[in-house]
Amino acid sequence: MRRLREGLPLLPFLAVVVIFLIIPTVTVIVSAVYADGVFSFARIQALFSGTALSALAKSVLLSGSTAIIGAILGAVLAWLIVSSPPTSMVRRAVISLCSVLAQFGGVALAFAFLATVGLNGVLTLWVQQVFGLNLAGSGWLYSLTGLILVYTYFQIPLMVIVFVPALEGLRDQWREAAVSLGASTWRYWREVAVPLLTPAFLGSVLLLFANAFAAYATAAALVSQGSPIVPLLIRSALTSEVVLGQSGFAYALALEMIVVVALVMVAYSALVRRTARWLR
Amino acid sequence: MNKSLLAVSAACALVLAALIACAPPQKANTGGQTSSGVKVSEATSAADFGGMDALVEAAKKDGGLNVIALPPDWANYGAIIKAFSDKYGIKVNSAQPDAASQDEINAANQQKGKSTAPDVFDLGQSVALANTSIFAPYKVATYDKIPEAYKDPNGAWVNDYGGYMSIGFDSAKVPPVTNVNDLLKPEYSGKVALNGDPTQAGAAFSGVLMVALSQGGSADDIAPGVEFFRKLKAAGNFLPVDPTPATIESGQTPVVIDWNYLNAAVTKKLPTWQLVVPPDNAVAGYYYQAINKDAPHPAAARLWQEFLYSDEGQNLFAVGGVRPVRADNMMADGTIDKAVSDTLPIIDGPVTVPSPDQTKAASKYLADNWAKAIG
Repeated sequence: MRRLREGLPLLPFLAVVVIFLIIPTVTVIVSAVYADGVFSFARIQALFSGTALSALAKSVLLSGSTAIIGAILGAVLAWLIVSSPPTSMVRRAVISLCSVLAQFGGVALAFAFLATVGLNGVLTLWVQQVFGLNLAGSGWLYSLTGLILVYTYFQIPLMVIVFVPALEGLRDQWREAAVSLGASTWRYWREVAVPLLTPAFLGSVLLLFANAFAAYATAAALVSQGSPIVPLLIRSALTSEVVLGQSGFAYALALEMIVVVALVMVAYSALVRRTARWLR
Repeated sequence: MNKSLLAVSAACALVLAALIACAPPQKANTGGQTSSGVKVSEATSAADFGGMDALVEAAKKDGGLNVIALPPDWANYGAIIKAFSDKYGIKVNSAQPDAASQDEINAANQQKGKSTAPDVFDLGQSVALANTSIFAPYKVATYDKIPEAYKDPNGAWVNDYGGYMSIGFDSAKVPPVTNVNDLLKPEYSGKVALNGDPTQAGAAFSGVLMVALSQGGSADDIAPGVEFFRKLKAAGNFLPVDPTPATIESGQTPVVIDWNYLNAAVTKKLPTWQLVVPPDNAVAGYYYQAINKDAPHPAAARLWQEFLYSDEGQNLFAVGGVRPVRADNMMADGTIDKAVSDTLPIIDGPVTVPSPDQTKAASKYLADNWAKAIG
């Protein structure tokens, strides 16, 4: 009874979760295998066709590479931020900036890049005029290469936000203890700091991976040919006026994305649990 | 009809659907009978009404006509709607002018039985042929003059106008294009764009087919076209940008493969923009005109068909740069507007129009291979 009363304030939240998370997920799972009264795995099988597999591979490559690049650069930036005193203006400014930029995905970001290094971008035209080089090349910005660059732009700030708390959890006393026991700085990093930070770092990489994997608007605004990644393939399956009746395939692709993100999140929570042991 | 505006249109459709859901339900008038005792919604010719005059009377009583997805600057629809409205005194309600073909069908299904449902459709091939079950068969007075290949034998649909796939280019920026193979030359490095993704947009699909024909393919074998684009991409000439009048005017897309009437429309704003229809591998695409089976204004919908396929309607299409379906027939009996028909491209060689089965097979091949070729 007491439990019930304690749970009561959570009911509205539960309703939201059911309506906006659980029902859509169940719909996706059911529609992927069941349509018009027929139960079939044909659409799941279609996930193993060349086009779908190549989109999955490219999605993983895009998310993986931007997660690793973003994590490394973001970790270095986070370390530089933490090295300055907490009251420093620069530190507060950089952290605020990162909070904003981490959410600066989507059409606005795509447009920013188009306006800068696109075919008629400001920088492209200037470099062309001054150095005679064509920065935009044969439209690399509109392909996977371009997506990697643009995605990295919002991955780095996100890494800073999630990694700064982990770095702050490294207590000075641990370094002092190591030094007083005769460890060099290098040895302190190698044997104390890095092992402590590894789970948090890997966890952040997974979070960044999931962040990039599910991003859609940025890619949709940049890429108009070939649907190279899974979210764009879903768009194509839903809106094509050439190949009709593919909405079932779109559901199957959505299911595939749910599975990938679920796997990533399971790994993430396992790592977070390990990190939490140290930060207590 | 413009698929790049699909998202916007979908959003509008949602808002519209929500607004309609709030309005009190209106019973559409579909139960009337003609003087010859046929239900208006089942009349298959003007004769069922007792002649053209009776049809006009019945249409006026319907009190309006709902059209959908007809942009005023597309195929001269703005002028056509005005001419129809002026001639018969029937108000035309034009909904979602920039919507895509599939949106027309969605609107018909969602607003079924309401007075706002579309009366008539103007659809791309795939969408039209997948939805013939919601069309009402009707044969216009000029039905027999329309070539067999461009109409359903029962009159469920009739092609209204079409165009040829063309290569448009800015003569101020690139050397003139004379045939498809020119596009592989280094002068066109990073300059050749296709209007959309051929697995999604009908225009791009026809573009790949045109290229396939030039490379020894056929309507049954689109593979050489995909192979050509792979080479174009490898040469660094293919530009993966979705061209619009804005990208053309700003010079981002100096060479664009698209319908001749869309390329011709650009020339009005950019005089150096020229177009060529490759003479030996012309691909034509026609739009499909049909009546909604549940049209709220069944007589007006039928009168609209009579108007579109009359000499007057067909000539109005020609003014918009498209080829009216009765073009050959009207040139033969001299009813076409000479000044206008001279501006239409002249095609001497064979013209390819893919059949529904060929389109289906080719789009399957594209779905499996396009991304690989240009990825």
